[in-house]
Amino acid sequence: MAPPVIDCRGVERRFRMGEADVQALRGVSLRVDRGEYVAIVGPSGSGKSTLMNILGCLDSPSGGSYRLDGEPVERLSDAELAAVRNRKIGFVFQTFNLMARQTALDNVALPLVYAGVPRVERRARAREVLEHVGLGNRLDHRPDQLSGGQRQRVAVARALVTRPSLMLADEPTGNLDQATGRDVLQLFDELHAGGATIVLVTHDPQIARRARRRIEIMDGRVQADLAQEAVLG
Amino acid sequence: MAERVPRPVPLFEYVRVAIEAIAANKGRSVLTTLGVIIGVASVVVLVSLGDGVRSYLAEQFAGLGANLIIVQPGHTETSGFGPPLQNVQRPLTLGDAEILKQRATLLSGVAGDLAGGGTVSYTNRARDVMVIGVGEDFWSVRDIHVELGHPFTADDEAARRRYAILGHTVVHELFADENPLGKTIQVSGAPFLVVGVTAPKGRMLGFDLDDLVFVPVTTTQDLFNRDFVTEILAKARGRENVDAAVAQITDLLRRRHVGHVDFTVHTQQDLMGTFTRIADTMGVVVLAIASISLIVGGIGIMNIMLVSVKERTREIGVRRAVGARKSDVLAQFLVESVVVSLIGGIIGLAIGSGVITVSQIALPSLPAKMSLWIVALAFGFSAAVGILSGVLPARRAAALDPVEALRYE
Ligand SMILES: Nc1ncnc2c1ncn2[C@@H]1O[C@H](COP(=O)(O)OP(=O)(O)OP(=O)(O)O)[C@@H](O)[C@H]1O
Ligand SMILES: [Mg+2]
Repeated sequence: MAPPVIDCRGVERRFRMGEADVQALRGVSLRVDRGEYVAIVGPSGSGKSTLMNILGCLDSPSGGSYRLDGEPVERLSDAELAAVRNRKIGFVFQTFNLMARQTALDNVALPLVYAGVPRVERRARAREVLEHVGLGNRLDHRPDQLSGGQRQRVAVARALVTRPSLMLADEPTGNLDQATGRDVLQLFDELHAGGATIVLVTHDPQIARRARRRIEIMDGRVQADLAQEAVLG
Repeated sequence: MAERVPRPVPLFEYVRVAIEAIAANKGRSVLTTLGVIIGVASVVVLVSLGDGVRSYLAEQFAGLGANLIIVQPGHTETSGFGPPLQNVQRPLTLGDAEILKQRATLLSGVAGDLAGGGTVSYTNRARDVMVIGVGEDFWSVRDIHVELGHPFTADDEAARRRYAILGHTVVHELFADENPLGKTIQVSGAPFLVVGVTAPKGRMLGFDLDDLVFVPVTTTQDLFNRDFVTEILAKARGRENVDAAVAQITDLLRRRHVGHVDFTVHTQQDLMGTFTRIADTMGVVVLAIASISLIVGGIGIMNIMLVSVKERTREIGVRRAVGARKSDVLAQFLVESVVVSLIGGIIGLAIGSGVITVSQIALPSLPAKMSLWIVALAFGFSAAVGILSGVLPARRAAALDPVEALRYE
C-alpha cells in the first residue's frame, strides 16, 4: 500500500520571542491519504498557518516527525527541501504572491525554472495549465491587469504546473469576495475530482463543508478530525 | 530519488531575471553604476595612454639601431641619458674603441664618436648644428644610411680628411634644391667637402636626427682639439648576445684601464627603462585613482543591491516556496550585481574609447593606443567589482527564511 501523503506525529513548533517562547503547535498528529480533500479550520492564532508552512516544507518542526510521501523531511538539506517544494507541493497563498512584473504565463512557469525544464517546454506546460483554470485568454496579462479571482487562479495554476502530489492552500479565498471565492473553490473541487490531494485552511464554515474531512485546530492542537459528507454549492 | 539530484538552473536564466530587474529600475541602475563608469573610463583612457607612450618609446629607441650598446666615460650606478660628465677621471679614447673592435668577438661593429656644436655655412647661409665625428662602423651600428655619396673610408679617417656627410635638414637649409655632393661648406670656419647625405631618420624624442653634420672622428678631434671620444657605440651580434657583449666590453676595458671600471656600459634596454619607469610610475598613480573610483562604484552597487534585496524580499520568498534553493537565490543576486557592474563597464569602455578617439583627432601626435587587452581589462575590472559588491547582498538574500520572506510587507 502506498504511504500516506502526509504523516505527522507529534509535530511541535515553538517561536522564540525575546525571553518568552510562543508555542504555536503543541503536538499535532495527522495523516492524509492520497486523494483526500481536507479542510483545516480554527480560530485566528490557533496555528493553522504554522502547520501549513511545515506541511509545505517552508518551515521545519521544533519537535515530532513529518513524513511526506513516506519520506522523513527533517534531515533533508536546503537543496533537497527546495526540490521537495518544487516537485511534490503546490502552495496557494491568501495574498496570491505573484511576481508583479511578470505575465501570468511566466508566473505559472516559474516553478519549472527551478525544475530545470527548458523554456519552450515551460511555456507550453504553463499555457496548458492556465487554459485548464480558464485563463487561456489572459496569458500575457500581468497581475495588475487581472481581477482578484483571476490572480488566485493564476496562483492555483502555478501550484499545479509541476503536478505535485499535495496541494496546500492557506485561506485561498480570504482576499476574494464571495462570488469569486466560489469560482476558486469550484476549481479545487474539480482538482479533487481529478484525483488531487488537497489541504485547505479556511475561516469560513461554509467553505469547510465542501471538503470530505474537517480538522479543527485549537491552540496548537487538533481538536477534532471529522469525516463529512461534502456539501456542494 | 529524483528530487535529490535537481537539475541545475542554467546561468542565462539568472541573467534574464537580472536584466528584467535592472530594466524595471533603469534610472536607479544607471546612477548606481556611475562610479564603475567613471572608474572603467579612466582606466581605459589612462592605460591606453600608458600603452601608447610605451610603444612610442619602444619605436623611438628601436630607431637607435638594433642591439645598440653605449659605452660612456665615468662610472654611474644608474642609467640615464645625461651628457658626459665634466670631471671624468679617464676619458674614452679611440684606442679603447680599437681594442673593442679587435677583441670583442660578440660585437659586429664598434665606433667611437665625438660630438660638439658648430656653425656650418654655404654661400650666404649658415646654421648652428651638432657636428658628430664618427668612426667607420657608425653607420651600421646606429642604423643610419648614407643615401647619396658614400660613407667615410678608413683611409679618410686615418688621413683626418675634411669630409662631411650632411643630414637632410641641413641639406634642405643650406642647399635647398641644389645638389650638395662635391660642394665645399664651412664647418666652424674650416672648409669641408660634402661627400654624402644621410637618409631621413625623423625625430627622436623631439630631437631632429637629420639636423646633423657627420665628419670623420679623427677630424673632429682636430677640429675641437680633443684627444678622446664622447662615447663608444657598439652593436652586439644578435639580441641574445647583448648581455654577454656588455660583459665582454666591461672586461676588455677594465683590463685596458688597469683594473678600473671608470666607464659605464648602457644597453638600449637600459636607456628605454629610464623612460618607461617614468611612464610606469605615472601609471601606478593614475591606476590608484581609478581604483578608488571603482571601489566607490562597488560600494554604490553593494548599497543598491542591499536595497533591492529588501524590496524584493517577498519575491525571494515566492521563489523559495516554488523550489529555489539558497544557492539559486545567491546566484541570482550575484549575477544581477555583475550584470549591473558590467553595464557600467560597457558604458565606461564606450566613454573611454570615445575620449581616446576624440583626443586622437584633436591631438594626432598623442600616443594613445586602444588594444584588446584593455577591453578585457575593463570587463575584468567591472566583473570583479560586481562579484565583490554582490557577495554581501546575495548572501543576505540567500539567508532569508522563506516563511519570514513571504510575510514581509
Ligand atoms: N514567526 C513567528 N514568530 C513568533 N510567533 C509566531 C510566528 N509565527 C506565528 N507565531 C505565533 O504562532 C501562533 C499561530 O500563528 P498562525 O499564523 O499559525 O495562526 P493562524 O491559525 O494561521 O491564524 P490566522 O487564522 O489569523 O491566520 C500565533 O500566536 C502567532 O502569534
Ligand atoms: Mg493564518
